[in-house]
Amino acid sequence: MEPFKVIKSKVTPLDISNVDTDQIIPKQFLKLIQRTGFGKYLFYDWRFDRDGNPKHKFVLNDPKYTGRQILLARDNFGSGSSREHAVWAIQDYGFKAIVAQSFADIFYINCFKVGLLPVSLSSEEIEYLFRNTDLDVEIDLFNQQVTIGTIITNFKIYEYRKKTLLQGLDEIDVTLQLESIIVEYEKKNKAIVPYTDKP
Amino acid sequence: MVLYLCYKLIETSTSMPKTIFEKIWDNHIVYFKKEGSNDGPSLLYIDRHLLHEVTSPQAFDALRLNGRRVRRPDLTFATMDHNVPTSNRSLPIVDQISRTQIQALAQNCKEFGITLFDFNNPNQGIVHVIGPEMGITLPGTTIVCGDSHTSTHGALGALAFGIGTSEVEHVLATQCLWMYKPKTFAITITGKCKNQHAITAKDIILSIIKRIGTAGGTGTIIEYKGEMITDLSVEQRMTICNMSIEAGARAGLIVPDQKAFDYIRGRTYTPKGEQFEKMVDYWRENLITDTNAKFERDITLNVNDLVPQVSWGTNPSMVIDVTDTIPYPDDFANGNENERKAALRALEYMALKPATPITDVQIDRVFIGSCTNSRLEDLLEASLVVKGRKVSCKVRAMVVPGSQKVKIEAEKLGLDKVFKDAGFEWRESGCSMCLGMNSDILAPGERCASTSNRNFEGRQGSGGRTHLVSPVMAAAAAIEGHFVDVRKWL
Ligand code: SF4
Repeated sequence: MEPFKVIKSKVTPLDISNVDTDQIIPKQFLKLIQRTGFGKYLFYDWRFDRDGNPKHKFVLNDPKYTGRQILLARDNFGSGSSREHAVWAIQDYGFKAIVAQSFADIFYINCFKVGLLPVSLSSEEIEYLFRNTDLDVEIDLFNQQVTIGTIITNFKIYEYRKKTLLQGLDEIDVTLQLESIIVEYEKKNKAIVPYTDKP
Repeated sequence: MVLYLCYKLIETSTSMPKTIFEKIWDNHIVYFKKEGSNDGPSLLYIDRHLLHEVTSPQAFDALRLNGRRVRRPDLTFATMDHNVPTSNRSLPIVDQISRTQIQALAQNCKEFGITLFDFNNPNQGIVHVIGPEMGITLPGTTIVCGDSHTSTHGALGALAFGIGTSEVEHVLATQCLWMYKPKTFAITITGKCKNQHAITAKDIILSIIKRIGTAGGTGTIIEYKGEMITDLSVEQRMTICNMSIEAGARAGLIVPDQKAFDYIRGRTYTPKGEQFEKMVDYWRENLITDTNAKFERDITLNVNDLVPQVSWGTNPSMVIDVTDTIPYPDDFANGNENERKAALRALEYMALKPATPITDVQIDRVFIGSCTNSRLEDLLEASLVVKGRKVSCKVRAMVVPGSQKVKIEAEKLGLDKVFKDAGFEWRESGCSMCLGMNSDILAPGERCASTSNRNFEGRQGSGGRTHLVSPVMAAAAAIEGHFVDVRKWL
């Protein structure tokens, strides 16, 4: 995973609450067995009509927002299915962070696994951002700070998650270093608890 | 193969009263980090890892790429459910991309030595149906799967939750998972449903989600308790735990009782004989929520006046009583502007007008199936409604049993005949039209009474409109061609 850097961008506003992962990446694209290339299917049913033509009303089809790296959303973003494809699609499309009022649990965790930063701000701050989508926004993970135009605000994040993103850690490597402790755990439990042969 | 149950004895003498969740959690901590004066993440041991074809291929690829192995193939089980056709199994899979995904799982399981219940296996079925059915799901264990409805397994007293593909990879490689401890949430369900055939576990959980919202359980593990839960069968408890994720919770949990132990006894992977009895003693004594244990949040729901529920919108909190009318956005939103906008969107997508009685809403399709409602009891209850009646000529209705075992058991009882005589399609097991990854999908604009768990836009097919109901409500709607209050029939 790439270490996470400071982001400077304007936002792309997605003014819908409870955006579920079925909308972020519809099921017909879950059949692919690779991890890349999902960006072109992001929000597919909102973005394209049945013939595959862009729907002009949808925000991602507005040229004004092309190339922006921060997705702005409302509450309970990423609810529903655990499909990590949703996170891959958002990242592959070019977003590096999502700023929302709140996130669904599994989606939130999935973001950290691929190096996409979910930032949760207060409803007032989110409203302000929706009203001022042309302000420059800077997200500084190290200092846990979002700068919106001239306003500076802080956000919360667990230390370990922050560290994983900043250092681009491979979590499996971290865990594999604890191998002896895992073995110890397994031994201890095997000794105490009954096990069985498969019938 | 030796199947270890990796949990240690819970220290019963500790002074602090604990919830069942906290006991299972503490019991599975392999390693623990501090963050300043706060608790950091724990490395949790995972007793059972379930896989399916959709969320696992990228995890296996990454393992290969990094030259890593599967640490405990003996604790890992796989099936094919999301993508498989539910038509004749002897025919090849027509959709080439689906076929590739299914072959990838078969290949991965072979390469890494993982038990697979494939397409033609008599144990094949929806992953959350076959786990309990085969005794892979046991009380007190930790269970994960790359699927949000893993919460289902909590009905047997397991701590079970959905994870993403990167976490699937992590569990494959290490049999562990880093996790910050979720909060505890108790939902106490009291009272008695007036009509136990017509008002079901599905109605209970839909009414809970209506009340607390789709993010009401975010960051928590819900423990369901109370006299009503004790009264429910194990399969009905699974329906409740299954939809915990629709309330935003990571998992649902129910303290296992005699009903749960009886359910587990004698299943393929369940310990046998004296060993089983010893485990039951252990579970009975240890897998309980202590009397004075504190929950970070708790609510009580009384079901005395509960009636059958129907969803009208595009998320599982947009639910009304079958006796109600479609709400006005303002009434639904209760002053919340985002919710008002959501309701407007939902009404437009669902092509519904406020003040319409829900029983006036005509349907085109009926789907009885999914990990929420595709077990034997669900099919049995629905068949009581269907027996001797005919599906409306305007409706196409299908029953998709949750597993091959459910299908065979149902056929032994003659349920297939009841459904087929009424005009239902009787299909092979799988996720099917719960998410429409195979060819079982709604056409744009079609309206479906569905026993599944998600009514999101396009979930059952792009442009399709889903109404969530119980199996008996779905069956009655199939007969009449519109929603009906099934209490009149049962
Ligand atoms: S039946 Fe539906 S909800 Fe359940 S696992 Fe399959 S797709 Fe997911």
